[in-house]
Amino acid sequence: MPRTLQVREALNEALAEEMERDERVFVMGEEVGHYQGAYKVTRGLLERFGPRRVWDTPINEGGFAGIGIGAAMVGLRPVIEFMTFNFSLVAFDQIVNNAAKIRQMSAGRLSVPIVFRGGGGAARMLAAQHSQATEPYYAHVPGLKVVVPSTPAEYKGLLKASIRDDNPVVFIESELMYGAKGEVPDGEYVIPLGVADVKRPGTDCTVVSWGRILHTALEAAEVLAKEHGIECEVVDPRTLRPLDEQAIFASVRKTNRCVVVHEGWRYGGVGAEVVDRVQSSCFDWLDAPVERVCNVDVPQPYARELEELVLPSVERVVDAVRRASYR
Amino acid sequence: MSDAEATAPTLDEMRSFYREMLLQRRFEEAAARVYTQGKIGGFCHLYIGQEAVGTGAIRALRPDDYVVTAYRDHGHALSKGSSSRAVMAELFGRSTGTSQGLGGSMHLFDVDRGLLGGYGIVGGHVPLAAGVAFASKYRGDGRVTLCFMGDGAVNQGVFFEAMQLASLWSLPVVFIVENNLYAMGTPLSMQTPVEDISLKAVPFGMDRDRFEDRDVFEVRRRVGRAVDRAREEGRPTFLEVLTYRYRGHSMSDPARYRTKEEVEERRLRDPLLFLEQRIKDAGAGGDLAAIEESVAAEVEDALEFAENSPPPDPEVATRFVYA
Repeated sequence: MPRTLQVREALNEALAEEMERDERVFVMGEEVGHYQGAYKVTRGLLERFGPRRVWDTPINEGGFAGIGIGAAMVGLRPVIEFMTFNFSLVAFDQIVNNAAKIRQMSAGRLSVPIVFRGGGGAARMLAAQHSQATEPYYAHVPGLKVVVPSTPAEYKGLLKASIRDDNPVVFIESELMYGAKGEVPDGEYVIPLGVADVKRPGTDCTVVSWGRILHTALEAAEVLAKEHGIECEVVDPRTLRPLDEQAIFASVRKTNRCVVVHEGWRYGGVGAEVVDRVQSSCFDWLDAPVERVCNVDVPQPYARELEELVLPSVERVVDAVRRASYR
Repeated sequence: MSDAEATAPTLDEMRSFYREMLLQRRFEEAAARVYTQGKIGGFCHLYIGQEAVGTGAIRALRPDDYVVTAYRDHGHALSKGSSSRAVMAELFGRSTGTSQGLGGSMHLFDVDRGLLGGYGIVGGHVPLAAGVAFASKYRGDGRVTLCFMGDGAVNQGVFFEAMQLASLWSLPVVFIVENNLYAMGTPLSMQTPVEDISLKAVPFGMDRDRFEDRDVFEVRRRVGRAVDRAREEGRPTFLEVLTYRYRGHSMSDPARYRTKEEVEERRLRDPLLFLEQRIKDAGAGGDLAAIEESVAAEVEDALEFAENSPPPDPEVATRFVYA
């Protein structure tokens, strides 16, 4: 019987199950223990597993990210929580120059099986420094895997896969989705990294989207079906590195049109990578230029009206799909 | 190495330490020579002058203890037991190098011997060392991690973050600053208002020590105390060892920011000469020529090995990125 869980509960189950399963797994971050997690993802873990497995840290992301990497180098499996991924930028050097490169620099003698997880993307009226999509920074880097889930079941299954992965995984959650509910299967399951999921089948236009804004794309797909007779196929890559390009190509070769919808800036964004791969591998199938719907190219404003203006909206997705469909 | 506390070095130890330091000196001189011939590329930071620090410190460790270091790492690798062949081959970027030509001079790894890397971002490796020590504490494996850094690293943010966490969590790690008085070309006086770097341990409630590298056995003794503290009490220590490099920061640095006189004056205090004199005083000066000869042969062999090793296969470039 599937249960209805919030994202935070699904994540909590994934952490608890993996900690139970593997003694090398531990959790470290700001407020993860006594406070029970800033977003309550780690609720109860300190009580259940004790202080050896759940480490509250001071506010020094570079320090504890680096400690996690060092511990992973010699075989532990740390799950490092960034209260939000905005703060991961303080640890950027640790993640990019150490976690991602140690395996290469040591000719495969050291691996770094670590997960960096936490909320990312726009939150509600948190303004420029607390609202940004950090996934393009990390997706750029060979040696890292980047996961951006969109449903509670996937949050759980993908986090479990990330913890079991022998590579450094950047697992970016949505700050606005911790309370979102969805069906989560009972029992043990893992969702492999690098496998896309078709969230909505369709025949007329492929929409590639991930994370929280995928739900905006799905909403837009309903509007397009109802009001414009356009059936979108919504493909969720779920992991941005590695990218399941074959799933995207298969869909585009069926629909002959493609729109990429994501949070974050257009300039050098992950959408640009998707568009490039689609144009070079599906050129003969395309009936229209590939469209992108992204944040407006500005730091996130504070006021609610401005914030909504900047983020991809149902209306902007509808417009882009109509342009790509010439309808 | 608690026994090192009381006992004076035996003649055998003196010869053995001397050979290790001399090997590093001659290895680096050879590296400098072939660098100018274009056989080694990139940045190449020589350890000449600082050999007593790494040698004394690593001799205070057990073989299964860990070393994490920065980019001036050739000497540390040799002290930790890496073969001079594999290290030289790595400098040459050959398939037989410690990292098969993927790391180069700044990124020497020898995992079997507990050398967990040389790192190129100043200070960026310090939290890694704390993390390795964290794993030892987590597992209770009794190992100690030694973290080398230069005096340039101690002004970086992550240095302080790692010190803070190591002390807060009582991690079995020993931080060693090899203070050679210059962060690249910037003298210490322009880097910090407080000359005594070891004082940076104070705000973290961490034990500290500060001493010169003149006598390699004194280095071992003082580092040994810190290693014991880490292993037995699970407490970190911050050590500042005063040393000097005779060459520039890297091969591309002619070191014009200091006077010839300064360098000459420092050369008179060379720990290698100090140990040489000590061996002579012990009546074993006659052994020195044989040591010099054996070191020269080893370095020559390493050069030849590196020269004759094939370049890495093209597929090595992509083989190790992901597990």
